[in-house]
Amino acid sequence: MQVRTTALGPREAIGRLVSSEGFQGWLFISPVVFGLLVWWIGPVIAALLLSLTSGNFRSPTWVGTENYQRLLQDELFWKSLRNTLYYVSGVIPLGVSLSLLLAVAMNARIRGIVVYRTIFFLPVVSSGVAIALLWTWIYHPEFGILNFLLSLVGLPRVPWLASIEWAMPAIIIMSVWRGLGYQMVIFLAGLQSIPETLYEAAKIDGANSWQQFRHITLPMLSPTTFFVIVLSFISAFQVFEASYVMTQGGPYYATLTIVLYIFQNAFQFFKMGYAAALSYVLAIILLSVTLVQLVLQKRWVHYE
Amino acid sequence: MSERRQDVTTTPPVGGPAVARVRVAGRSLPQATLLLVPRLFAYTLLTITAISMIWPFAWMVSTSLKGEQAAFYFPPTFLPNPVRPDNYVYVFQSLPFGLYTLSSLKISTLATFGALLSSSLAAFAFARMRFPGRDLVFVGILATMMIPPHVTIIPVYLIWHRLGAVDTHTPLILPSYFGSAFGIFLMRQFFLTLPQDLVDAAKIDGCSYFAVYRMIFLPLAKPALATLGLFVFLGTWNDLLGPLIYLNSPQNYTLTVGLTQFRGLYYTKWTLLMAGSLISILPVLVLFIFSQQYFVRGIALTGLKQ
Repeated sequence: MQVRTTALGPREAIGRLVSSEGFQGWLFISPVVFGLLVWWIGPVIAALLLSLTSGNFRSPTWVGTENYQRLLQDELFWKSLRNTLYYVSGVIPLGVSLSLLLAVAMNARIRGIVVYRTIFFLPVVSSGVAIALLWTWIYHPEFGILNFLLSLVGLPRVPWLASIEWAMPAIIIMSVWRGLGYQMVIFLAGLQSIPETLYEAAKIDGANSWQQFRHITLPMLSPTTFFVIVLSFISAFQVFEASYVMTQGGPYYATLTIVLYIFQNAFQFFKMGYAAALSYVLAIILLSVTLVQLVLQKRWVHYE
Repeated sequence: MSERRQDVTTTPPVGGPAVARVRVAGRSLPQATLLLVPRLFAYTLLTITAISMIWPFAWMVSTSLKGEQAAFYFPPTFLPNPVRPDNYVYVFQSLPFGLYTLSSLKISTLATFGALLSSSLAAFAFARMRFPGRDLVFVGILATMMIPPHVTIIPVYLIWHRLGAVDTHTPLILPSYFGSAFGIFLMRQFFLTLPQDLVDAAKIDGCSYFAVYRMIFLPLAKPALATLGLFVFLGTWNDLLGPLIYLNSPQNYTLTVGLTQFRGLYYTKWTLLMAGSLISILPVLVLFIFSQQYFVRGIALTGLKQ
């Protein structure tokens, strides 16, 4: 082993530094670190500061917590929050249970899995805008195919997107339809990771299909279920495309979702400060709910 | 376990669940996986669901090929008569649809390339290199996946506004070159499956870390790169919020925003709207059909525990 007897010259020192693992490592991640600072950490702080101003481009004035106070009394804010919760409470249970059912069916060693999977994914990969427009056409009160099909079966026609009661359910149905394939695939992966030996043992003990499902499948699948629920919740809470494209938040704010409201405030009314405050409240709500779910999972999620 | 030595080789009832052939005395592999629902039920459910997935698309195609009046026939007809494929030409004539398509293509391709490059480079460092603060930064990146993007949208928009980049494609392309949290996560997961010995052997032979990345890890990572690339391409192609915020002049619009324009202009021309929608979906559909396995693998990967 060579032993240096003289001190390092500056050239060698720099050379050693540059070729060191530590330096190179940081070099590799430098774009990412830059991105982290400029597009995440910076903006998060800036948004907070922005929410404390009146958000006027040219001369933002400091207004303290006025935006937040206004927010609490803003009827539209609460309406958008209620609408969003309504949407989420429709989409999650329906979506999760249906996709789980589908996954179980797909797991039943049937033939043509790839064909089915392709078909289920068509709505997932298609542009949300295109899908929303398609369903707007389907939901058309007079010439839409859905009302026609309903009338064939003797059911009354529904004004769907033009009706205060039915607009949100209409969007919910479309969203569930759209997300099934995606959630199903995750469930399928989870199902396939359950060791068969468990089922064998249960069969030997005389368990029937339903009992196996309740006592093996569901518990073993609970981490996956938890993951799907949390992911879907976060995604559903931020619904924007559907309400923007299909109803623009109407009729009479029946489908105004919170992200749409933020968008309108920021880019249509140009009340940037207020919009920033709204977005912060949204972030806090989401983080709290996720935290609550993380804590609650110890109750019902079964880990090995 | 149970002491019952049940020989479970009886023939299953027709239409009932297939019973796994399990021999308790000797050890033999089970024949069929336990079925939780009868096969018939599974087929029925899946077929019904498949039909309900397809028929809206079929209706979209049908409407897109109809003449203007035909869309409003009551009762609605499924087969257009006469068939009007020239609707698809009208789409390009009435709005700068070709420009929209090119914009979408440009943004998606460039963003995908950027995401692949920056994510794989960073993921390699996180997976196979050691440097101070490595794990802290990685956790920080993961944490960004928890923050709803709407918090950052407004300040980021203001930054771009200051830089004069509003109404260009830059705000939609550039960020990808600085890493995507999902991409880094995915690539790192993959790189961790490649043995450390690969790196060590190459280093002994005098390779720099970059060379190891470029000549060994990257070529091996093709499936993971394909998966990530597909996700990023799909995400940018279908993105509405970004283009909606940043693009003002119609010639810069992407397909997603362009389609919403249709609605204003052609409020009653559903035939053209459906044709336009189909055009915007088709490339991605084709891409998906030929690369399904990568998609599915990527989604399943996010669902399984590390």
